Order: sequence, then C-alpha cells, then structure tokens
Amino acid sequence: MSEGFQRAAFALMLYGMLLAIRFTALAKPAYRRQLKHKDFVAQIKVRDRPMGRYFEFRGGEVISRAGLHPNPDVAMVFKNAGLALRLLASPDDHLAFTSAAKMFQIGLEGSDALGCLFTEMLAGMRSAWWRFGTDAGNGETRYTNNTNGGPVAVYVKEGRIVRLTPIDFDDKDAAPFTIRARGRDFTPPRRTSISPHGLASRSLIYSKDRLLYPMKRVDFDPAGARNCAQRGISGYQRISWDEALDIVAAEIQRVRREHGHGAIFNSHSSHHTWGNVGYYLSANFRFMNAIGATRMVINPDSWEGWYWGGMHHYGYSMRNGVPGPYGTVEDCLRECELIIHWSSDPEKTNGNYGGFEGSIRRLWGRELGIKTIHIDPYYTDTAALLGGRWIPVRPATSPALAHAIAYVWITEDLYDRQYVAERTTGFEKFRDYILGKDDGVPKSPEWQEPETGVPAYTARALAREWASKKTYLSAGSKGNAYGGACRSATGTQWARAMVCLMAMRGLGKPGINFGNLQFGAPIDYTFYFPGYAEGGISGDIEGTGSAVNLFQRMPQIISMNSVAQKISRLLIPEAILDGEVEFYPTDPRALERQFAKVRFPVPGGSPIRMMYKYGGSHFGTTMNSNRLARAYQSESLEFVVNQSIWNEGETKFADVILPACTNFERWDIGEWANCGGYTLHNEGQLNHRVICIQHKCIEPLGESKSDFRIFTELAARLGLGSYFCEGMTELDWCRQMFLATDVSKHVSWREFLKKGYFVVPAEKEPLRPPVAFRWFAEGRPKDEPEPHPLPSEYAGRFREGLQTQSGKIEFESSSLKRYGADPERPPLNRYIPSWEGRSSTALYSRFPLQLVSSHVRYSYHSKGDGKDSVINDIPEHRVRVEGYDYWIARMHPADAAARGVKHHGLVRLYNDRGSVICAAVVTERVPPGVVYTQESCAVYDPMGAPGESTDRGGCVNLLTPSRSQTAKTTASAPNSCLIEIEKWNGAEAQP
Amino acid sequence: MNKWNLIVDVARCNGCFNCFVACKDEHVGNDFPGYAAAQPLHGHRWIDIRTVERGQTPMVDVTFLPTMCNHCDDAPCVRAGTGAVTKREDGIVLIDPVKARGRREIADACPYGAVVWNEEKRLAQKCTFCAHLLDAGWKEPRCAQVCATGAIRAVKLEDGQMQRLAESESLEVLHPQYGTRPRVYYRNLHRTNTCFVGATIVSRASGASECVRGAKVTLSRDDRPVAETETDGFGEFKIDRLAPGSGGYSLEIAAEGHERALKRFDLASSTYLGTIELAPDAR
Repeated sequence: MSEGFQRAAFALMLYGMLLAIRFTALAKPAYRRQLKHKDFVAQIKVRDRPMGRYFEFRGGEVISRAGLHPNPDVAMVFKNAGLALRLLASPDDHLAFTSAAKMFQIGLEGSDALGCLFTEMLAGMRSAWWRFGTDAGNGETRYTNNTNGGPVAVYVKEGRIVRLTPIDFDDKDAAPFTIRARGRDFTPPRRTSISPHGLASRSLIYSKDRLLYPMKRVDFDPAGARNCAQRGISGYQRISWDEALDIVAAEIQRVRREHGHGAIFNSHSSHHTWGNVGYYLSANFRFMNAIGATRMVINPDSWEGWYWGGMHHYGYSMRNGVPGPYGTVEDCLRECELIIHWSSDPEKTNGNYGGFEGSIRRLWGRELGIKTIHIDPYYTDTAALLGGRWIPVRPATSPALAHAIAYVWITEDLYDRQYVAERTTGFEKFRDYILGKDDGVPKSPEWQEPETGVPAYTARALAREWASKKTYLSAGSKGNAYGGACRSATGTQWARAMVCLMAMRGLGKPGINFGNLQFGAPIDYTFYFPGYAEGGISGDIEGTGSAVNLFQRMPQIISMNSVAQKISRLLIPEAILDGEVEFYPTDPRALERQFAKVRFPVPGGSPIRMMYKYGGSHFGTTMNSNRLARAYQSESLEFVVNQSIWNEGETKFADVILPACTNFERWDIGEWANCGGYTLHNEGQLNHRVICIQHKCIEPLGESKSDFRIFTELAARLGLGSYFCEGMTELDWCRQMFLATDVSKHVSWREFLKKGYFVVPAEKEPLRPPVAFRWFAEGRPKDEPEPHPLPSEYAGRFREGLQTQSGKIEFESSSLKRYGADPERPPLNRYIPSWEGRSSTALYSRFPLQLVSSHVRYSYHSKGDGKDSVINDIPEHRVRVEGYDYWIARMHPADAAARGVKHHGLVRLYNDRGSVICAAVVTERVPPGVVYTQESCAVYDPMGAPGESTDRGGCVNLLTPSRSQTAKTTASAPNSCLIEIEKWNGAEAQP
Repeated sequence: MNKWNLIVDVARCNGCFNCFVACKDEHVGNDFPGYAAAQPLHGHRWIDIRTVERGQTPMVDVTFLPTMCNHCDDAPCVRAGTGAVTKREDGIVLIDPVKARGRREIADACPYGAVVWNEEKRLAQKCTFCAHLLDAGWKEPRCAQVCATGAIRAVKLEDGQMQRLAESESLEVLHPQYGTRPRVYYRNLHRTNTCFVGATIVSRASGASECVRGAKVTLSRDDRPVAETETDGFGEFKIDRLAPGSGGYSLEIAAEGHERALKRFDLASSTYLGTIELAPDAR
C-alpha cells in the first residue's frame, strides 16, 4: 500500500470513526451518557506530515473536522498513517499496540486524564454493542460472577441484585468425569457449589458498612496539622473524589521528593474480591510499580511448617513444601482403607475457594467404607460429618505423637523396609533418635503421653491401625498442607514428621499417599486459564507468576518496581515504629532460598512515610496485632490512604479513604478457585473447571469506583494515566485475557460474554494425570503435570528423583545440614517443646489455657465477617448477646465451670499481649485446658484506646505471639498461645 | 396430585449453613407479593440449624439439624389463620403477607416454633418452600439447590408414594406426637434424639497399657441383654440408639485372658464411661 493510499484510507477511517461514534450514541443510551461525561477536544493525528481529524465533545454531541485543531485538550499521535491504520483497524492486536508504544511510534499529548477518557470512548464504540446476561423472566436478568467461595448466577431486577445462586449447568455444558471405584460409578452433580461467604455476597454488597463516598479524617490537614496519633480515634468527613485524589496524588509526590522512593509502602490484604483484573496482584501491583513502592512480603501463612520445614525432606519448594495432588482422588477412592486427618478439617475450609466440591467426594469415600481418624485439639466439623475416632492432642505437641508412632513401627517392624532402603536416606540416624540411642530417651508412646495428653495405649493403637491399612494421611486441611499444627512453634517439626512418617509407609504406592479427597480430581489440567497469582494486568514479572505463562500469552507492557526494599507482612509494625527490621522473605525457587536474610531498609533506602493500604483488615490476620494500632498512630507515618470496599477493622486508621466497589459492580474475569502461583492447579479440587466473565451486574453503589478506575484517575494525576491503562478499559482487559486463554479456542467472545461462563470438558480417561509419587515409588522419571522443581534443581538427570540433594526422601535433611545455622531446625527432626506452652512454667501458671485459632469457616480472611452480613447470624460464627455479635470461643465444661462461665455468656480472653471479649461456647469438642476459636475477624472494636484496650470485635490475634516459629525463619506461630479467661461483667479492665 | 416434600438427611449435613444463608439471600430485602413480605436482615431464622452434641471428650459426635416450617397437612397455623394462612394443592403452607397482618396468633399456633413474628411489620412469617420460584418453574427451593452434600432434597410426589418412600428409607418427622402431619421428613434422626454409651477398654496384661480389641460387650437392662458389640482397635465400643433418661443399665465386658468386668450406670444422656481397665485372668 502506497503512502498516499494509506493516508487516504486513514482519513476515511477517521471519518468512519465519527459515524460510528454518532451511530452508537444514537442506538445505545449508555454510550450516549458516556459522551456527555466531559466536554473536550480530542485530536488524532500523524507525526510525519500534518494530517488528522479532531473530535469535539460538547454536551454529548460530537463535532468533528478533518485536519488539525488549533488547541486540542488531548492528542493521540501516530508515527504515520500506515501505523495508525494498522492499530486502529485491529483493536485486539494489543501486541502491535504495546510494541508501537514501547518504540515511541505512538504517544499522547496534552491531558493524560482526557487521553484515558478518549480511549474509553473509542473502546465503547465496540463494547456498547456487546450483549450480556440472560433473560430470567419476571423482569430479572441473570448474570454471572465469581467469589472466593465459588461462581454465582446473579439475578438483577431494575438495577438491583435480587439473588445469588450456584450455577446449574445446561445441556450444552460439558459433562463431568465419572470415577469407577470398587464396583461403583461416581459422577458429581452438574452444578457449581459455593461456600457460605460467597453465597452471602448480596448482604455484603448492600451492607450498611459499605464506603459510598471518599472521606478524610476530620483532624487531618495535609497542609497543616496531621494529628497522626488520632488515627483510629477521630471521625471522618465526606469529601469529593477530586479532593481525595488530589490529596493522594500530591502526597505521593511530596513523600517521594522529601524522603525518597520507597517511602511509600503498599500494604494489602488477600481475598476480599475475586477476579484477574481488579485484584491486589493485578491492578494494584500495576499501579504500585508505576509509582514505586516498598512491597509487602507475604509469609506462607497457611503453609508455614511445610514451607520452612517439610520441604527440606522431599522438596516441592515451588509449592511451599507441598507435593502435587494429581490422581489422588481416584487412587484414594479405589484403594485407600483409612484416611487419617491430622490437624485437618476440610469441611471447615474446603481446600481454598473450593465450594463444597471436596465434601461431595468425601461422602463418596464414606459410602465406600473408607474409615477416618481425627487427630486434633478440636472435634472438627469433618469428624462430625465422617465420624471415626477423635484423638485430642494438645496444641503444638503433635510432633511428639508422630515420633511415638515411628517408635511403634520401628520396634514392631511395621514399616515398609524396602521403600525406606531404596527411596530414602538417613533412616538409621532417624531410627537411633526415635529409639533413644543418641540421646537416651526412647520416643515411646509412654514418653509422648505427658506431652500430648494422648494416652500411650491410644498412641500405640493408632500406630498399629495406621500400619494395618492402606492409609491416606491428611496432614492439614489441604491433605498435604495447611493445618493449625503447622502454625505453631513446633510447626516445622510437625510437617517434617509427617513427611518422615509417610516415607516409612511407602508414599506413592496404591492407596498410600497424602490427601483427603479435596484435591486431585480427574479434570483437565492442560487447559490454560490463569489464576490470580499470575498477576493479571500487572505486567509484573518479578512479583507475580506472570512470567510463567500469562506474560507470553497476553501482551502487556512490563511493569517493574524500582524500589528494592520489602517488608514482611508480619513485621509491618516494627518497620514503621523501629524503622528497621530483618527477616527471611518467602522465595520458593529453591530449598536454600529461604535461608537468605534481608534487611529493611536496604542501604540508602527510605523509611516508611506513607502507607497505601488496599483491601481488607489485617487486625484479624496478623499476630499480636495491637502492634499495628500503635504503628498507625506513629507521627513518622505521615500519610495513610486506605482503598477499601467496607468500613472495617483497619479502614478507620486512614487519613483518606477511597471507596472501591465490589466485583459485582465492575468488569472482571476469573476461574473458580484458580489462584496460579505457588498453588499450581488449585482448581484440581473442583469437579468441574468453571471460567466466568464476571459481568458488571449493577452500577457501583454510591460514589464508589472500581479499583482499576481509582488507579487510572490517580495515575492520570501523575501523568501516568495512559501508561497505566494502555489505552484499555477493564472490559478490554477481560477480552484480552479471554483471547490469551484456551477458552477462546472453544467459544467466541460474544458467546462467552452473553452466557457468562464456560465449563471446561473433563479430561478423557486415558489422559487423566497419574498418581502423585507413584513414579517415585516405582523408580521411574517424574510424570506429574507440574513444571517444577526447576530443571537445575535435579541433582541427577532431569525428572529423576526429588528436589532434595540426594533425590530421595531424606530423614536427615541435606539442605538443613548445609545451612546448619538454625538450632530449632536441626537436620534430623527432633522434638523441641513449644516456646510458649505448658512447659513455659512461669507464663503457664498465669495463663493456663492453650488457645487455638484456626482458619475461619463461614468467612474468608475478612470477607464475609462483620459488615452487617448475614454470616454474623450463623450461631457457629458469631453469637448475638444484647444486640452485639460476639466472636465465639469454645471451652470445655470443666474450664467453664471453674470460671463460672455459662454457655453463650460473655468472657474476656486475655494475656500480656491483649484482651478480647468473646461469647463462650461450652462444649465437649475441646479437651480441658484448650480454648478453640478462629482467626481472621474483620471487626476491630477497641473499647478504649486503640492498641491498648480490650477489643469486643473478636480479634483474637491481639492475643497471639508475633514471635517467629524459629529464630531463623519468618513464620507465624499463632497456635503457641497461652491465655486466661474470665467471666466478662461488662466493665473495662486493663489487660 | 403430586405434592412437595422435603427430605433432610442429618447424616449428610456438614453444617455449612448454606441453606440458612440462601434463605436470607432470597428473602431479605425482597418482597414477593402474594407469597411473603421481606425477611428482616437479622433475627429471623426461617431455616434454623441446631447443633446437637452428644457424649464427652473424646467420645463425642456432632449432628447438625436443619429445621424449617414443616408445611403440615394438619397445620395449626392454617386453623389459627382463618383464611390468612392457606394450604396449597401442592402441599405448601403459605401465610398471606397482607391478610395475616397483626395476627400474632398465627405465630403462636406453631408447636415447632417455625413461624416467626416480625414485630416491625406486625406479621407472622416463615419458610415459603420458595413457592414463588417453584411457580416460576424452578425445580427446587433455594435451600435444596445450595446443598452440595445432598442433605436437603425436595421431592414432588403423590402422598402414597411419599409414604412408601418414608418407609423404605426409614424417614421420620420431628415430634410426630404433635399430630400435625409434617411434610418435612428426616433421615438418621436418631443422632439427635437418642443417646449412646461407650467406653475404652484397656489392659496391662502384657506389661504396657494396651487397648483391648475384640472384647465382647453386653449391655443389659433389668438383667436382659439389650445390645451386644465388640471393641475396635482402640479398645472402644459405642452402643447407640438408646432412649435418653432411660435409667439403669449394666455392662459386661469379656475379653480372653481377662476377668469379666461389670459396670452399672444410669443413662441420662449420651455417656462416655471413660477407660475401663480389665484385670488379667488370675487363672
């Protein structure tokens, strides 16, 4: 095409664009409203020779002329007509767009904000014609969306959500798998399942605690007195979006100028919404990288013991010390005779995000007569459903019981000698320790009894029962991870002991594996759709899993944080108050990467002067969280902005509050339960993979805005608007992601958008993945569909052996031996009692109750709890006493009687760290001496000064220690916690 | 004429409370004229779930018991309603949200406590079986749709078919003595209304303490055996389906190589007798 022809064609296209804008405005009222948004002049032109067309928007009308406007508000500039033609004619070819942008072949002149608005108008010409949703009769339209409890059908009438339901599949949706086991066929129901916190979303969307307009603390003046010590105390006044965003944009620049890059700290929560576009790892990281910010490092808080301990015996660092679950559902249903749940309550946590998909399969297991045993300080909901023997073990003492089991197996010759000889190393040393040959203390059932509270005869019977049956060990609710036992001072010891015990059983042989039917369903693992930890639109190849797949599949401009320093989530308060911390950041690429200590600040780094908080509250999820309140009131923290959906625990410590909307009020896209990152194939807990376009079901409530829009508008104030959005809207990004995945090979965008979801066909039977560890047990190269360990991590040939130095399961860990610097993690796992527990005599005499705070059942992190949601009416979650919904603490009748506590009476839980009011549930589900509650309360409601007074919101993490499990890890240990309880008479007492 | 029934299997209920949440989701803030006025956000439990706990640490069991309006065929609320409460042809009992205004006696009439008084609206309210959805073509009420474990099933059958199903699946209704002929049936209700006795049998015959597997346990009442069982690998037994408060029992435990042990106890509610150590046979 000659240049002259290109210019003519370009001129024609620009004219066509005008017609398209006018025609769309005529036909689509929503687009007409979009045009009215602002009056401005936008110019499109080429740079090589004067040529173009301008569009003048005036009160919703468009005036346009060929040529150049003398004074446009914004101009979109292309290098030449040929390029402009190519880019404008193929809006889906984002690779061409980003390539041209990176080579400075296109650019924007004038107002960045109007540039974003103009590109939205251009995108709207196309998207205004897209149809979505299904007529559900009665004036209702059915849309789809996703929650962290499962996908939902959303019924909307007259702009209001009427109901949310699981999705019932139709005849066109793919059929599920069938598993043949012991002469029976099992096929899951053709619908999605959902957790209560997802199902309760409507009450959260319309909660009275929604933030509906921007606010500023009444005594915060960015130009004068900031009154930082009033954070958490003073009230708020409503301000406009312009004022709010102007303050934040000005503070970002002021802080960087006055204190240097890195003085902005981005703190964020997980799990308050669902989607690949508007999530902390996606839009939030994209924005933070654009402005430069000190990053928060997440510790593997549900995996702690496995990450810092378990992995050193068998590898799997890229999964935080957790093996893949492939093939285990079928193997378990076909072969297994007994499932031992050890610190495992999958009916409570449902894997994660997994609806009740695992429950369906666990009931299949029950129907097949698979027996269950439950080792836990609490009689779990899983025990309630499945029955079986409950072995109450004292908190943080499980490794002692595990050693006694090994003792029985060794002394009674009940272990797999051949497997131990061929597939493991270091057994002799382990055996000598267990038998007491190296320290004179045989780790017998009698030895463990005073420690664990488990009678020696029960420990012996347990060891024999286990050895007599093909057994799956569900160590933690995930089957091979999680579990309260991994979040205590002995968490690493417990996880390590679990691996060693399974090595003695012949891990990977038929019917012998880790699992509890929660993970490893025979679905299609080869179908590509990204999980949220793949970074969405972040363009962040360092801080997310984007580089693995998504970055190559979905063109986007790379975003890179120039600030090197990081802060562990567990040490945020110290980083602010003390100005320096040292910690061990999570880095799963190799076993020894966790041994590298880092320091904040980095040499020449900035102190934290501004916090940009995104998402839910940390008070319920951080140990000893009174620290956080004190940090917030520090004068050195000059500015705090909180971008939240709800006014919950942490929001009220901000200077400026930016109200975000839920994912029901904006566009997004996501797969059920798929989180990518270091929980690869997390969707393997589902019976059907379901991928949703997350329809914008209703308009944002009040003045709230989507995270993407808030960041775009802030970015525009910093001249970063077009850099941030890359000329795209949220819906454009959803479409880009759709095109990047395998969904687009099966359905068209229009079909997908209209219907809202796609069910991935089940894998054909011969293609189902093989059973985890079977290759290892049989001495073959690895055949599980996971891309790690990294090729360089194999000591021998690629795919042969495990990630350990020997390639075998190591009773004595080579990686810990090479490190050699953590006395609490010796290469050979040894029982070291918890640093806070019954043997901490002085403390125990004052605080004689052991507190266990498990993950929550009816809420998810702070999602679902508080905020006036219907979840609060679930009596297993909170109990209403005199009009206030109190968090629950369960205690044994003997402990209650000794303190005059009645069922559903109010009690004060306290120790030297804090004081919390709960409603007592008096129950035989806990043994004497143990108090069982849950963490992750969303409410923080101090009755006096924040950080010092009693909380009646239920933040039991005010009580838990912030000490790391061992001196050379950064690992939370909330389940090593001593407290006392007293009847609460309503009067404030000092802790 | 096919009529609606609900079947609740308490042994399949994992206590997720989805039925409760779905009921709230459907009815809070939503008026369905002719069917129901909106349910208040807090306080009302048109579906309630009781947690029933039996036994003592470590021998306990826990059952979740969902309860709701029984849509009785001989419903006291219909009589009390005098036209404001109707029994539909499909078996569903509905309180007319307009006609029933101010009629507190409708709530008071229900012996199950399933009708709740809404003070603000001056209205008796309850589970509607989601009749507004069924009439619009839905296949089941919300509570059944969200129950992933299949603990709640809605079936539309002729009464004769339903009776046969109740017999073949050993279904019961709550408090049949009320005589209201409920349409909500339950399976495995014994986990909530009967009790058990259990113990752990150990021995030191071999030196160390050991659980006794296979000990014969005979439970007698008035010297007549009422149940027999054997201990498992943990030396435990559990005899279930006993009547609460049924008074004096005796237990005889016999194991090879040991003297017989006899234990007498009064059964008030589910009881774990603790550890019983058998003495080695002196012979």
